Amino acid sequence: MTNTSSDALPINVRNVTKTYGDVYALDDVSLDVQSGEFLTLLGPSGSGKTTLLMVLAGFTRPDKGSLKFGEDEVIRKPPHLRDVGMVFQNYALFPHMTVAGNVGYPLRLRKVPKPEAADRIERALETVQLGGYGDRRIDQLSGGQKQRVALARAIVFEPRILLMDEPLSALDKKLRDRMQIELRHLHEQLGMTTVYVTHDQREALTMSDRIAVVNHGRIMQLATPQGLYDQPENKFVADFIGESAFIPVTRDGDTLRAAGVDVTVSCSIPEATAMSLMIRPERLHLVSGDAKDQNIFDAMVSEIVYQGDSFLLYANLRDGTEIAMRGALRADTFAGLPKIGDAVKLGVDHKDTVVIADGDA
Amino acid sequence: MAATDINTGLNAAGLRTDERMERLKLFGLASPALLLVLVILVIPVGWLFYVSFIGADGSFSMENYERMIKRKSYARIFQTTFEISLLTTGLCILIGYPLAYFMSQLPNKWANLCLITVLLPFWTSLLVRTYAWLVLLQKKGLVNDWGISLGLWEEPIKIVHNMNGTLIGMVHIMLPFLILPVYGAMRAIDRDYLKAASNLGASPARAFWTVFFPLSTPGLFAGSLMVFVLCLGFFVTPAVLGGGKVIMVSMKIVSNIELFVNWGAASALGVVLLVLTVIVLWIASRFLKLEQMTGGGH
Repeated sequence: MTNTSSDALPINVRNVTKTYGDVYALDDVSLDVQSGEFLTLLGPSGSGKTTLLMVLAGFTRPDKGSLKFGEDEVIRKPPHLRDVGMVFQNYALFPHMTVAGNVGYPLRLRKVPKPEAADRIERALETVQLGGYGDRRIDQLSGGQKQRVALARAIVFEPRILLMDEPLSALDKKLRDRMQIELRHLHEQLGMTTVYVTHDQREALTMSDRIAVVNHGRIMQLATPQGLYDQPENKFVADFIGESAFIPVTRDGDTLRAAGVDVTVSCSIPEATAMSLMIRPERLHLVSGDAKDQNIFDAMVSEIVYQGDSFLLYANLRDGTEIAMRGALRADTFAGLPKIGDAVKLGVDHKDTVVIADGDA
Repeated sequence: MAATDINTGLNAAGLRTDERMERLKLFGLASPALLLVLVILVIPVGWLFYVSFIGADGSFSMENYERMIKRKSYARIFQTTFEISLLTTGLCILIGYPLAYFMSQLPNKWANLCLITVLLPFWTSLLVRTYAWLVLLQKKGLVNDWGISLGLWEEPIKIVHNMNGTLIGMVHIMLPFLILPVYGAMRAIDRDYLKAASNLGASPARAFWTVFFPLSTPGLFAGSLMVFVLCLGFFVTPAVLGGGKVIMVSMKIVSNIELFVNWGAASALGVVLLVLTVIVLWIASRFLKLEQMTGGGH
C-alpha cells in the first residue's frame, strides 16, 4: 500500500531535455516542486507544459535529465510503478466499467480486500460529491460528473503526487469557475503535491501556490501568482499573463523617460540596453491635475468600449504608443466618460509602474 | 399540454407539406434498392420455401423434410458444417486478433499499408485462391517439397483433400472478415485508456486484459459472427480442398440438384440452413447489438 497522502512528496526535476527531431519540447528544464504544493505549468499550446507533465507521469521518455520523487530517482521507472495519480484532459474513464468499477480499478490492482475497497470507493466519491453514484454507467454522466469521477479515481489509492492535464478545459465556464475553487479546497484537504497543466492564465492565478510559465520548452518564470502578475521577469511573461501595454523606455543615468515623460518606478531597473514600461489597463486611472506618487501621461482617446462590468478606453500617447485603460462602471458613469478624440491624462501609481527588459529571455 | 395548437396557425399547413415531401423524396431515392431486394431476395426465398414443400410427384408434401430426419447422413452433414464453421472461426480469432492488435498499434501510414495487404486477397478470385492452395498443399506440392527437403517430415503428408486442407483454405479466405471489424474496434480505443490504466498501476499485460481486450470484444464478436455465418453456407473452398471427403450442407444441396435433379430436397436443405443461420444470428443479437456488425463500436 502507499503511504497516506499526509506525507506528500517533493518533486525534483533536473536538466530534463526532450527533443522531437530538431524541436526542443523540453530544453534543459529544472524545477523543484515542494511537498504539498499546488504548482501550475502555464503556457501556450506547444510550449512543452504537457510534455513535462508526461515526463512526470512516465509516458514520455526524455533524452536526458533526472527526476526525483522525494529521494527516489524515477526517470527510468515505468508509469505503472510510479504511484502518481493523474487526471486526463478527456478523463479517460473506462467505458466498460461503472463509476465504482473505475474508481475501484487502482484498488483492485493493489489487491485491497473487497470490503475495504468498497468503503474507500464510496469515500472517494463522497469527497468529489458523487456519493451514491457508484452503480452509474460512464455514459450516463455529465461532463462535470465525469471530471469528478476521474478525480476520485486518481485520489482513491492515495498517491503522494497528483498530476492534472487541463482537467477543466472541456467544461463550460460557470462549472469551470466552480470546479477551480473546489479543486483548490480538495487540494487543501488532501495535501498531495499537485502539478496542474493549463493554458488558462486565470485558472492558474486562481488555483496555484506557484506558477511556472513555460514557453519553447523552457521555464520563463517560476513565481507566486501575485509575483508573476506584478513583477514579471520578462516580456513574454508580462505579455502572456494579463493584459498589458509596453512603452519603450530610454535611460539617462538614473532618469527614465517614456513617451516624453520622466517616470519614477519603485521596482528595480533591469540591466539591459532595451527596456519597456509595462502598464496594466486596470492600474491606469483618469486624472485631472497633477497627482502625487503617479506617473502621468497625456493621451488622446481613440476608442471607448462598453463591457458591462467595466469600460475599456484605448488612447494614443504622445509618441504614438497605443495604451489601454480599464475602469469600473456604474449605471450612470458611462455617459460621463471622455469621447473619442478627447485629450485625457492617464495616471499610474509609481508602485504599479514596472520596467522590464525587452526580448523573450 | 402545448400552449397553442401546433396544427393550425402561421404556415403550419405549408411546413407540414414540406416535411412530408422531404420524406417522400428520401423514400424515392431508396426505392430502386428496395425494388431490387424484393425481386432478388424476397421472391426467390419465398419460392425456395414453396418448392421445399413439393414432393417428387408434384403435390404438396413434407417428404423432403422427413427424409432429412430419417437419414443419418443428413445429421452428419449438418454436424460437419457446424464443426468446420466453429473451427474456422476459432482459428481466425487465434490468427486474426493478434494481427489486428499489431496493426492497431502501428502508425497510420504503416497500418494502412498492412490493411491493404489484408484486403489484397479480396481482389483475387475466390476460385483462383482456392486452386492455388490445392497446388501448394498437394502431395508433390510446394509445402510437402519444402517440408521434406528441410527434414521436417519424411513422407509426403496429407494436407489436402481432407479436413486439414479445407480448414487451411477457409481460414485464409475468412481472415479479412474477422480482421476488419476487430481492427476497427481496436482503432476506436482511445490510447488514453491504456495510459490511465498504466498510471493507476496496471502492468502492460494487466492493462491489456482489463481494458484493451474488453473494449475490443464488440469487434471480435462481430467479426466471429460474420465468419461463422459465412462458413455455414460456404461451397467453393470445401468442395475443392475437401476432395469429396468433407461434405458440408452447401455441397449436399449441389449434389441434390446436379446428381438427382431433386429441387425439392435441395430447397428443403436450403430452408433448414437459412433457418439455422437466422437462429444463430438471433442468439448472437441477444448478446450484442447488430449495428456493431457494421463497425459502430460503442
